[in-house]
Amino acid sequence: MKTPGSTESILSCIRAEAFPTPFCPGCGHGILLGAILRAIAELGWSMDEMLFVSGIGCAAWIPSPHFAADTLHVTHGRAIAFATGAKLFNPALKVVVIGGDGDLASIGGNHLIHAARRNLDLTAICANNRIYGMTGGQVTPTTPLGIRTATTPQGNTEPPFDLCRLVAGAGATYVARYSVYHIRPLIRSLKKALTHKGFAFVEVLSPCPTQYGRRNKIPQPGEMLRLMKEECVSLDRAKEMSQEELEGKILIGEFVS
Amino acid sequence: MSETGWTTVESVLKPGRYFLQGDEAIAEGAIAAGCNYYGGYPITPSSEIMERICERFAELGGGRVFIQMEDEIASIGSCIGASWAGAKAMTATSGPGLTLMLENIGYAIITETPVVVIDVQRAGPSTGQATRPAQGDMMQVRWGAHGDFQIIALSPWSVEEAYTETIRAFNLAERFRVPVFLLTEEAVGHLRENVDIPAETRIYNRIRPQSKEPPFGQAEVPPMPVFGQGHELLVTGSTHDEWGYRRTSSAQAQQKLVTRLSAKVTNHLDEIIEVEQRFCDEDELDILVIAFGFTARSAWRAVQAARQEGIRAGLLRLKTIWPFPEEVVRQLALRSRAVLVPEMNLGQILREVQRVAPQAQGYHRTDGEVIVPAEIHQAMQEVMRS
Repeated sequence: MKTPGSTESILSCIRAEAFPTPFCPGCGHGILLGAILRAIAELGWSMDEMLFVSGIGCAAWIPSPHFAADTLHVTHGRAIAFATGAKLFNPALKVVVIGGDGDLASIGGNHLIHAARRNLDLTAICANNRIYGMTGGQVTPTTPLGIRTATTPQGNTEPPFDLCRLVAGAGATYVARYSVYHIRPLIRSLKKALTHKGFAFVEVLSPCPTQYGRRNKIPQPGEMLRLMKEECVSLDRAKEMSQEELEGKILIGEFVS
Repeated sequence: MSETGWTTVESVLKPGRYFLQGDEAIAEGAIAAGCNYYGGYPITPSSEIMERICERFAELGGGRVFIQMEDEIASIGSCIGASWAGAKAMTATSGPGLTLMLENIGYAIITETPVVVIDVQRAGPSTGQATRPAQGDMMQVRWGAHGDFQIIALSPWSVEEAYTETIRAFNLAERFRVPVFLLTEEAVGHLRENVDIPAETRIYNRIRPQSKEPPFGQAEVPPMPVFGQGHELLVTGSTHDEWGYRRTSSAQAQQKLVTRLSAKVTNHLDEIIEVEQRFCDEDELDILVIAFGFTARSAWRAVQAARQEGIRAGLLRLKTIWPFPEEVVRQLALRSRAVLVPEMNLGQILREVQRVAPQAQGYHRTDGEVIVPAEIHQAMQEVMRS
């Protein structure tokens, strides 16, 4: 008996033969993989009616090949465009796009804002590790100021995107941000995003100890996760904080719901 | 679900004579072939295709989907996504847009996704002359995507053929699970002519798997499943095995996949290649003119004029550009003292002809003007003298 949310129901969403995952030790993407499947399992959805579309990069490998569902692993940055075609032609498909910050917000930024503007019934999950992991740790549009990467050895001088504000500004009707540390609120948010009618965007901060941590003197995964937790401030708490207190903090919670 | 494989259906347009623009005929041909998804982006001189589709899909309904995407990259991407969701998908563009589409053309090739791409050619490179005709994308469609692959590209010479060759493009795409190009020019795209629509249309619908069959192997053209039916499909642009698992370090998987992708085209040249021969029956020809698209219209007039003068001139018209019809070119060239290839570029197809017919010479124009019959007639005289 597969009770929604039970371990059995989650395992039935996975291709066992695809394991182990290719993710580095300490990578947050495995936690996100689990969170997405738990959200689906808790909703009692069948993977047969779902389509996962992903582009290129570490995050694109979350669904492909691990999810026992239809997966479309496409060109770099273009997942939302492919997803748009599939969803429009077969609206019965529950279409979820999973990508990294480089994939969805840099090379795919145009598709992201236009999908938000159209408010098409898609869910986009951005696993934001704030670096290009797969290609060796280069700067992305979400890398914070001052962070050292393979292409900013002296520290990043370009201000990052606030993806949630960008997508909300473009017209998305559900927008939220959490980190993989905030697992229960993250799963709750993913469930809301999946069931939301319209374009839903969930940004999920995910640590990359290999490329980001090591270059910035935080090579320990546990330490990275702890720092991530401390960096995040809920939208409610932020209301009672001063500008100085909010300096360098990342707001989490539901921006549009 | 509609029948798979070859089937004859009623034409969507009522049978009869229509006065259509080339671009409109392409849209109608697509609809006749069963096109039910269009994702596009405006670009001269192809925009009328998109506008006609937009209007007609709305009229016809029946689950047909039209969307204007944010750019050409997204247009072709959405078409490929729709194709896996079960659609017969098409996009149309011109040279600059096609350049943007190339990364996903490669994706369609490696994932064996049927999709039709119309290229209404204009003068380039880059923005060039948007409203002027050219035949400068012959090599872009052939080699634009990276890696090793075969490409199917067709070239109509009239508005009626814009209609029929668009249908053929869909049929070939569905038959071989490949992207297929229709290469036309502004001159045909914006030409208005009569088109006779028959009562029935012969179309091909992709083969569906009967049970759980590997979607990327065993059969030369594997049956293509559709999203949402429990196939747990793994579709990837990475090198993959027959079930779609990434095999990015396997020499054997790469060799096997790329070889089959090419072979499924090269093993079926008879089904794909279509040419038209006019006045080519004699044992020896004084001159053979090889032409395609709009230029073939002028070439036909020039060949007729030469015939009036007692010259044994023949026309070989290439309806299929890629795969290149080299066997028929070779055979005819062997019987021809001279070979002339007029084209609206600086010699893209001439080189292909010269591979099998070293005596071939070209006549080229790349000034955004069509080549007129008198020019070809004169070029024929010069080639015969040399």
